[in-house]
Amino acid sequence: MNIIVCIKQVPSVTNVQIDPKTGRLKRDGVESVINPFDEYAIEEGVRIREKVGGKVIVITMGPPQAESALREALSRGADEAFLISDRTFGGADTLATSYTLSSAIKFIGNYDIIICGKQASDGNTAQVGPGVAEMLNIPHVAYVRKIELLSDKSIRVERIMEDGYDLIESPFPTLLTVVKEINNPRIPSLRSKMFSKKAFIRILDAATIGVDAKKIGLNGSPTQVMKIFTPPQRNCGEKFSGDAKDIAVALVRRLSELGIV
Amino acid sequence: MVMDYMLSEEEQMIVETARTIALEKMKPLREYYDEKEEFPWDIVKEFAKADLFATYIPEEYGGFGKGVMGLVLVVEELCKVDGAISLSLAATALGAFPILIAGNEEQKKKYLPDIALGKKIAAFGLTESGAGSDATGMTTTAIKDGDYYILNGAKCFITNGGDAETYTIFAKTNHSRGARGISCFILEKGDIGFSFGKKEKKMGIKASSTRELIFNNCKIHRCRLLGREGQGLMIAQTTLDNSRPGVAAQALGIATGALNEAVNYARKRVQFGQPIASFQAIQHMLAEMATEIEAARALLYASARMIDSGKVKRTSKESAMAKLFCSEVAMKVTINAVQIFGGYGYTKEYPVEKMMRDAKITTLYEGTSQIQKNEIALNLIKEYVTKSKL
Ligand SMILES: Cc1cc2nc3c(=O)[nH]c(=O)nc-3n(C[C@H](O)[C@H](O)[C@H](O)COP(=O)(O)OP(=O)(O)OC[C@H]3O[C@@H](n4cnc5c(N)ncnc54)[C@H](O)[C@@H]3O)c2cc1C
Repeated sequence: MNIIVCIKQVPSVTNVQIDPKTGRLKRDGVESVINPFDEYAIEEGVRIREKVGGKVIVITMGPPQAESALREALSRGADEAFLISDRTFGGADTLATSYTLSSAIKFIGNYDIIICGKQASDGNTAQVGPGVAEMLNIPHVAYVRKIELLSDKSIRVERIMEDGYDLIESPFPTLLTVVKEINNPRIPSLRSKMFSKKAFIRILDAATIGVDAKKIGLNGSPTQVMKIFTPPQRNCGEKFSGDAKDIAVALVRRLSELGIV
Repeated sequence: MVMDYMLSEEEQMIVETARTIALEKMKPLREYYDEKEEFPWDIVKEFAKADLFATYIPEEYGGFGKGVMGLVLVVEELCKVDGAISLSLAATALGAFPILIAGNEEQKKKYLPDIALGKKIAAFGLTESGAGSDATGMTTTAIKDGDYYILNGAKCFITNGGDAETYTIFAKTNHSRGARGISCFILEKGDIGFSFGKKEKKMGIKASSTRELIFNNCKIHRCRLLGREGQGLMIAQTTLDNSRPGVAAQALGIATGALNEAVNYARKRVQFGQPIASFQAIQHMLAEMATEIEAARALLYASARMIDSGKVKRTSKESAMAKLFCSEVAMKVTINAVQIFGGYGYTKEYPVEKMMRDAKITTLYEGTSQIQKNEIALNLIKEYVTKSKL
């Protein structure tokens, strides 16, 4: 089984700071890591390979520094890595990113399953995974929390829903986006860390994968960012203390003041 | 900040990996194992999965060939979090060194790869009830019988005893030759006539098993002999030259862990309206602890590098210095850490109580501090004798 895992390098903080003047993410001095959701995607890919054989190829689109995310993915058990990198890819929105990734996947070819994290922790759109599937014209299942059954022709998965889960079966090739409930990513072993430092990572540029220049980077991105801002912090709730009876009275009074009861 | 000891990229990976395992896998369970005194098999499996057993074993036997330094870095990093669970790994190295030092190709190929993978843990059996500091006083015998040796006697205080699969055992093959009549053998758990006695109840390192080994007409094939007959004491001494830095690393790790706890606590604990870290009495204690730890680390790493360089045949003096200094520093630092915590330091609410109990063993096993001093002095004086002859 050949598995391609798409990952993204993101700033390591959860509350990304935004420069109020430029409206851009402040990346200075912030460590870069693999998007946390993608760690589950890598782990799931590696587990499938461990069960049925094959290989796990990890890819990312990003600047040359994104190589470190790929090396980390190799230390977590992936077999091969490609860095999809070209100046002209810069400024891509989710549409251009999906196009570029799908073009790279076509170039690599010969895949059965593509796995992505459900979303990236910086942009949080959750669009790229499904976008890639659409451009490849293959089925996809988003928010997968469990692989139920795996045969050589199809895969049956549980898709997490607000009120339970769906059981969905898909033929190959297929694309899955996974949620963090799906597994518990392993700690990289010393051997795999050493392997990852030495591994060869091939760079795929625009010319190599043969993309349409109008569909990549800034040119290929219809999304216009008008303004970026940090949403105001929500105030914390009110706290009542005292003995149970007083608290109950105070609470009811407050709720009725607010017109809730 | 720690001082820069110019670790190679691979050495840094060793440290990082050990740190992750220590924090994610060991830390949540350290009180549990201390209390239950169970052998920490689930954590041993994590060590194995992360390849931590393999650092010092040569590449041709499935390891990374990072020498004594490779062992020291793993043990130190793990012991910052827990000095007892980590002993399963450190004592495996102690048990494996005789095979590394004296094993023939066949023996090395048979035993070392499983040890590197963490599939089998090892133990080292030298001490007997009547032979501690003076190993030559041992009474366990191995009598040759055709192609076999028959072992009789008992070893005590053996770390990993009963839990290990592979044992390197010292016994007298020729009583009349005294120290030259000792030989070293590989034993396997399950060998007929080889059994386990009582498990010790201890002050500290409770997650480590310490058991008696009993040999009752235990018959093993001569292919289990390491080196030649009579080389046992030399194998034991060379083993200790290599393994004492491991004990030093255990001590250093515990001390570093205790210092971390003490600084954090001193910054938070308020008395007389201010953090106790603002009192000079506390500051000076912390300053001494930090300085001694750094000096200990510098001595230990220098000794480990010297051993790994292979430039000198024996490093008994340097290994003993590292072990002596690091273990005494660990004792002092952990006692002061408890002092800084005040009454809370004496309770099991905080880890320094355990660290102090765990630290004590490092001044005792693989030779007490007194024995280290004997070793250092003996070699020191020998060096001067040689010099004066030139
Ligand atoms: C928890 C634990 C784990 C152990 N694990 C192992 C193991 O895995 N394998 C193994 O083989 N052994 C092991 N040992 C044994 C350990 O190495 C011995 O306990 C140690 O070497 C001291 O020997 P002893 O206890 O017989 O003390 P003794 O030799 O009786 O010493 C008693 C006191 O006399 C002092 N003394 C003795 N001789 C001299 C001298 N010549 N000059 C000055 N002072 C001297 C000592 O320093 C000490 O203070 C372990 C012990 C413990 C407690």
